[in-house]
Amino acid sequence: MSLLRYESQVRPPIVDGNKDYHQVTEDICRPVETKPSKLWWVGFIISLGLLGFGFVSVTMEVIYGTGQWNLGKTIGWGWDITNFVWWVGIGHAGTLISAILLLFRQGWRTGVNRAAEAMTIFAVMCAGQFPIWHMGRVWNGFFVLPYPNTRGPLWVNFNSPLLWDVFAISTYFTVSLLFWYSGLLPDMATLRDRAKEKWRKAFYGVAAFGWTGSTKHWQRHEALSLVLAGLSTPLVLSVHTIVSFDFATSVIPGWHTTIFPPYFVAGAVFSGFAMVQTLLLITRKVLALEDYITIEHIEVMNKVIVLTGSIVGIAYLTELFMAWYSAVPGEQYAFFENRLNLNSPYGWSYWLMMGCNVLSPQIFWFRKMRRNLLVTFFMSILVNIGMWFERFVIIVTSLYRDYLPSSWSTYYTPTIWEIGFYLGTFGLFFTCYFLFSKYFPVIAIAEIKHILKKNGDNYKSQMDKVENESIEKFADDELHHGDHH
Amino acid sequence: MSVKKFIVGNFYDEAVLFPAVKKVRRAGYKIHDVYTPFPIHGLDKEMGLKDTSLHVAGFIYGITGTTTAVSFITWALTVDWQINFGGKPFFSLPAWIPITFELTVLFAAVGMVLTFCWLCQLAPFVKKDHFNPRSTDDTFVMAVECTDKTSEAEGIAFLQSVGASEVSVQYRETGWWLGRYDRDTTRFGKKVEAAV
Repeated sequence: MSLLRYESQVRPPIVDGNKDYHQVTEDICRPVETKPSKLWWVGFIISLGLLGFGFVSVTMEVIYGTGQWNLGKTIGWGWDITNFVWWVGIGHAGTLISAILLLFRQGWRTGVNRAAEAMTIFAVMCAGQFPIWHMGRVWNGFFVLPYPNTRGPLWVNFNSPLLWDVFAISTYFTVSLLFWYSGLLPDMATLRDRAKEKWRKAFYGVAAFGWTGSTKHWQRHEALSLVLAGLSTPLVLSVHTIVSFDFATSVIPGWHTTIFPPYFVAGAVFSGFAMVQTLLLITRKVLALEDYITIEHIEVMNKVIVLTGSIVGIAYLTELFMAWYSAVPGEQYAFFENRLNLNSPYGWSYWLMMGCNVLSPQIFWFRKMRRNLLVTFFMSILVNIGMWFERFVIIVTSLYRDYLPSSWSTYYTPTIWEIGFYLGTFGLFFTCYFLFSKYFPVIAIAEIKHILKKNGDNYKSQMDKVENESIEKFADDELHHGDHH
Repeated sequence: MSVKKFIVGNFYDEAVLFPAVKKVRRAGYKIHDVYTPFPIHGLDKEMGLKDTSLHVAGFIYGITGTTTAVSFITWALTVDWQINFGGKPFFSLPAWIPITFELTVLFAAVGMVLTFCWLCQLAPFVKKDHFNPRSTDDTFVMAVECTDKTSEAEGIAFLQSVGASEVSVQYRETGWWLGRYDRDTTRFGKKVEAAV
């Protein structure tokens, strides 16, 4: 019996082309084992340049203090925390794809999970920069940890959402890294066993941890993946929930709302999937992996985008309704004057957010659009612009005019160092991603092989045989693997 | 350190591998291990391997994390240094749920991965042997351990008869790098089937 599990003919194949196990290995290892293209070098050098700019910007901030940024008493959080929430949000898609879709037994995740998880880890690394450097006296950064100190010991405030964030983000980073790397072990072993050059043998030999593919190891590996997925699922939901608590537990108009946790999580998934689309559309083209990251994958992810985009839209409307219904003047002013009124100083950012996040994804109700690569790419950028402005709207339009008109802020614009810091995290993100795409298999080789005979294009036709079998015969085959052969 | 002899057969189709494992075990050969490029569900059962209890370890690590968080925060905020936040009780459990949850997940995940690495003896710089480097590519490699009574020729012929493509005899020094399955494996036809 060559079919590991039956899958309906109706479902389109998710591995295209006439593949066998060896071909899968060849295809995915090729970019790792060949010299990088010119395009790779260009991208890599641009990323390094951005990273350098970010380095300079942060250095300026460390030397001269947070005064280098246009923050003040009124707008205490500006671009930095906007960027923090934006990056954390992007970091949600990877774990969603690898953990939640694993629990839901979604076969298509195997084509995209490795790259998406890597993206998650890099995005969380970028996110972490902002609160850390925002501290100003960053050399005292370890004060956020509960360690026995000479000040009492005076413990950190365990009741504070900002401390919850410390735990949430660091746990999320650690668990994502472990999940990602444990999945990488078998593929690193594949690269090790194929390696011809000495350095490659040594590098992948170390990276593979001595993985052999023993049946007992696979059994434990499967158990580990399943439990880690089970742990990561509530974890990924908790992380953005806790990030939203940074706002929701305060009494600032526009923040003081119970809808934030689900609204933030939906937004995170929304922006995360958009970033996955941006990266994978380029990756599949440049590394010639169209057979593994197929148009089906893109379409499914576009469906997630239209779903989560609409959830976010409902959340925006609910917020408006609640502001009106609450009859609290402060809330109403924050929503109807500071945001909704296009002629108010930041009105434009609210409508930009609405346009990018709520209106534009509706195009994905049309199948043709979901399967159009150009539209998808354009949309993926648009969504992330929109999601950046969502955080900007929440933070800046709530802060710049609070309860006391005498302390209202003037128009806040970032300084060059704030912009440089943001661009620097792009540098960090893409430098990591370029290195990843060069030295790591961007698709989970073992997992593709695992689903190949169920979802592979050339194996799909064999489902016919099973389709015409009697139920008794099928059940018998499933229960007694290969007994009759 | 003793040297052991193995009869190693290559398979290229899991559909052939499954019945082969059964037949080899039924014939009384001792399968040292089967190396596969990806997880094959049911193969562990077919080989008579016991279930892993890694998830139980994960649960224990998890509740350790829960207890650590709750007991430490309770001690820090109610005993060691009480801080009055707007007249709220010192023991404010609901506000500790996020950190408690995060530590539960952190302990469980880190603990499980370390346990996994320990059980499988995986670590950087560890070198192990799996008889055929193609087993991480497209080949399912079955290694049958030879004892004094095993006839080499018969063993090779038998593996070929159950569908192995290339069969070779290989010698390996025994040690932990070859894995330690004796404790995990039950004899065919004894415990596993008795339990069913």
